[in-house]
Amino acid sequence: MANSTNDDNPQEPQKGSEGIPAPEGAANLIDTDYVIGQDNIKASPLGINVDLHSTVFMVSSVVILLFVIMTLAMQAQMEPIFDAMFSFLTTKLTWVFLLGANVFVILALVLIFTPMGRVRIGGANAKPDFGYAGWFAMLFAAGMGIGLMFYGVSEPLGHYGTAFGGISMGEDGLRTDWAPLGGAEGDQAGAISLGMAATIFHWGLHPWGAYAIVGLSLAIFAFNKGLPLTMRSIFYPILGERIWGWPGHLIDILAVFATLFGLATSLGLGATQASAGLNYLFGVPDNNVTLVLLILGITIVALGSIMLGVDKGVQRLSQLNMGLALLLLVFVIAVGPTLMIASGVLDNLMGYVKNLPALSMPFGREDASFTQGWTAFYWAWWIAWSPFVGMFIARVSRGRTVREFLIAVLVVPTLASVVWMTAFGTTAIDQVISSGITDVQDAALELQLFTMLEHLPLASITSFVGIVLVIVFFITSSDSGSLVIDSITAGGKVDAPKPQRVFWALIEGGIAIALLLGGGLGALQTAALTTGLPFTLVLLAGCYAIVKGLMTEPKAK
Amino acid sequence: MFNKIMVPVDLAHITQIEPSLKVSADMARHYQAEVCYVGVTANTPGSVARTPEEYAQKLEAFAQQRGDVHGQPVSSRTISRVDPVADLVDTLVKAIDEVDADLVVMPTHAPNHLDIVIPANGSQVASRTDASVFLVRPEDDD
Repeated sequence: MANSTNDDNPQEPQKGSEGIPAPEGAANLIDTDYVIGQDNIKASPLGINVDLHSTVFMVSSVVILLFVIMTLAMQAQMEPIFDAMFSFLTTKLTWVFLLGANVFVILALVLIFTPMGRVRIGGANAKPDFGYAGWFAMLFAAGMGIGLMFYGVSEPLGHYGTAFGGISMGEDGLRTDWAPLGGAEGDQAGAISLGMAATIFHWGLHPWGAYAIVGLSLAIFAFNKGLPLTMRSIFYPILGERIWGWPGHLIDILAVFATLFGLATSLGLGATQASAGLNYLFGVPDNNVTLVLLILGITIVALGSIMLGVDKGVQRLSQLNMGLALLLLVFVIAVGPTLMIASGVLDNLMGYVKNLPALSMPFGREDASFTQGWTAFYWAWWIAWSPFVGMFIARVSRGRTVREFLIAVLVVPTLASVVWMTAFGTTAIDQVISSGITDVQDAALELQLFTMLEHLPLASITSFVGIVLVIVFFITSSDSGSLVIDSITAGGKVDAPKPQRVFWALIEGGIAIALLLGGGLGALQTAALTTGLPFTLVLLAGCYAIVKGLMTEPKAK
Repeated sequence: MFNKIMVPVDLAHITQIEPSLKVSADMARHYQAEVCYVGVTANTPGSVARTPEEYAQKLEAFAQQRGDVHGQPVSSRTISRVDPVADLVDTLVKAIDEVDADLVVMPTHAPNHLDIVIPANGSQVASRTDASVFLVRPEDDD
């Protein structure tokens, strides 16, 4: 029953022919003899059913195990190697990241305005699976929620400080300061404007551009072209049937590696930060017991969420999180310098647009510390996360038009980042300038948000909300990430047996605990970030695939 | 006693559902009942079909083929979900009302230690519907 031979003419939309019916309404399936799951092994070890892609699952499991053991056993030797690799990428290859990210953003923006924007994901008559609120909450929570909590206060403050400090030159004639662009020495208003523009630059169009490219290319090639929902499908227009062999295996294995280590190490490091916060706020002892309990708690809730599934688990948790985040945002705007924030949103948006060309310029930059230490680092980070976020976004976006998709994945989150960063950044900067409060600047990175909240009313309530948000944002990343890894290692199947997704969530928590106690979290996170480089190339292939794929799709009315 | 029998079908695992197909055919003949075959599939491309519409087409063909075997009227219903594994029980419970079935015949596995953590779908369906539910164990277990 599974021999879906497909002999339709790929050039013409099918109309209920004898072959494979098109997705709802006109669309253009790719003609391939590959049957999804044909390379899978099905077995029942210990009475547990599994359905896994033999090569991808085996190789990625072995690689993951080896990396964890090596990092634990030879931490002192591994850490410098990973660090050297990553610093080579961000110093010597900064231009690759900057140029690549610009390509993603430009293509995504241009597509909104072309007729291709009318193509509907899943076929011309497909209906969306989720309402706007649930859909947007899921993409936002998977994409960057957690970062906004940590960097919403510290990054605007940091860039403001360095910009205000101005430029300093080393003996070799190279700049030693961390100011973005030319800085704004001694110019308070200019430093605020530049600092906010630089922050929004890192949290705006570029990260979401990377997510949008992966998400859109996968969505088109799965829902409209009938290929499995896994990273390799992006390469079909370039490699053709070869994606079912080793080139495809490698891409999928790399995606599993980046996603699992990205999630596990952020879980470990995030628990460290959450524990510091709990200690600061409630005097909870900041030790290994607290850390392990936090990771266990997060993993258990994430497990519950993936057992309930995308609809009842991930979606509801994301919506809860968005509701809480919105409350916190409204609170900060209301009790903070409301007028300054209100006028700041527009000013900062204009400042962002004005500084965007200079900030995103890949060549001839003089602000090396800023471009390499901040921008290239972020770009590697976003791009390494893009397979996970993009794949999850693709899965929940059936039924949307390309235009709707791009506006929701690119434009709306950017505007949300502008508002969030403006509210939290302006409040923190205002505390420094107007009240001369410096303890926010002096606090450790993970405590800056809480230190800022302390100077506002109802601090104990808002700080508690803040901690809950941090933890729930981890859960929403963890559950969607486990679903993504499960479907990649099952050869693109989303209906593989439940115990598999449980397995990945447990592995993720297990690695986090092992590295937390044994050391090497930072090292392994660096290793995960180095996948940003190969994925930049994967995403460029994705750009080509999107254009190629959309050109043969019929447009929705 | 029964007018419409609902039979959940997974086209990817036909051999595993064979016993429940046999039982449903016998009961359909006995009660002169209609059989409605229900398939819950992912909306992403899968091993059986690359689109939900293709799945629906294959399920309908399958239903007709079964109808030829047992001679009772048949129908089919394909429901596509974002996360069919997690939503299976909900979807089936809703489908029982939608197709207006008074008997559900579905396959289930032998009880095992995992049931405590992940209860069998069949028992969950049975506990949430007014319709009668007949859970068929695999024939050649062990």
